[in-house]
Amino acid sequence: MLKHLRAATLVSAVLLAALTAYAWFQRDALRDTVREAVSIGAPFRLASSRGGHVDSGDLAGQPYAIFFGFTNCPEVCPTTLYEMSNVLEKLGDAARDFRVFFVTVDPERDTVEKMKAYIASFDPRMEALVPTADQLPGLASAFRVYYAKVPTSDGGYTMDHTATVFLMGADGRFASTISYGEAPEMREAKLRKLLGQ
Amino acid sequence: MKLFKQIAFASALTIAAFLDLATAHAHETKIGDIVISHPWSRQSPMAADVGAGFMVIENTGQQDDRLVRATATISDNVQLHDMKMVDDVMKMVELAGGIPIPAGAKVELKPGSLHVMFLELKAPVKEGETIAGTLIFEKAGTIEVEFEVGAPNAGMN
Repeated sequence: MLKHLRAATLVSAVLLAALTAYAWFQRDALRDTVREAVSIGAPFRLASSRGGHVDSGDLAGQPYAIFFGFTNCPEVCPTTLYEMSNVLEKLGDAARDFRVFFVTVDPERDTVEKMKAYIASFDPRMEALVPTADQLPGLASAFRVYYAKVPTSDGGYTMDHTATVFLMGADGRFASTISYGEAPEMREAKLRKLLGQ
Repeated sequence: MKLFKQIAFASALTIAAFLDLATAHAHETKIGDIVISHPWSRQSPMAADVGAGFMVIENTGQQDDRLVRATATISDNVQLHDMKMVDDVMKMVELAGGIPIPAGAKVELKPGSLHVMFLELKAPVKEGETIAGTLIFEKAGTIEVEFEVGAPNAGMN
């Protein structure tokens, strides 16, 4: 009995080791499979704070970061923008051509002019994008971004929204995320990895 | 130019750190059983219509109290808000009933959490300035406060 148990344990251990080894050697393929499964993002063409439009097709071969917010955001959006500014500053020339897009989920109030003035407080590599009311739902859903108006007592509204920064690879596909409040060293490490360093 | 920017940035951080140190101890006001420590704010991005106020409110008494309302010279529309992160979604909650300050409790208004929200700003919130305002408590009454405005990244990691 004990002998059988030992044999079974040994066989399980060998199988597990083999499986682990297989997974290790197939990790790139696996990662691709996972990336396909969690397909995040979609082609977009949005009005930019720099004038004209940004077309995701023109970003081929260039990694970028994209996240969603609004200018009437008291904390999360400015914090994320400042934290991204700080890490860009730190990366310096390594991120010379890196672009960070801040997309409004409140196009009703955030016009291109408004976003242009707002984004000017941050690193010049930051760019604000303004979807039309028609573009926003599809874009947000492609990035798995939640947003909703929340009425306030003064008859106005504030907004709930996903605070995640999405990192997109040079292949135009989703690579990783940075969460709100993530440690600065992690942000930097993730961006360095994205930039291929 | 780049070096200059870096020096300016480092200086701003240093000054902010000193301000934090100086104000954390010196900046305290009291009304009845309520003690307010270090009311502060952050410089808002250019063109921002909103700002937020933070502080620590301590109730040293035996009776529960409640911050029911706040006012500020820079805004005619001041609200009390809570913010929560739920599954990576930032959720804003207006606390129309105010913020409870239970007897013996210390309640911290801070970034990413409870805050006084200044809406429809009449003027930009600038680093180094102060924002005059009042806090209205259910039992302790009205107390005047001055929010010290720190760097845009004050209190961040």
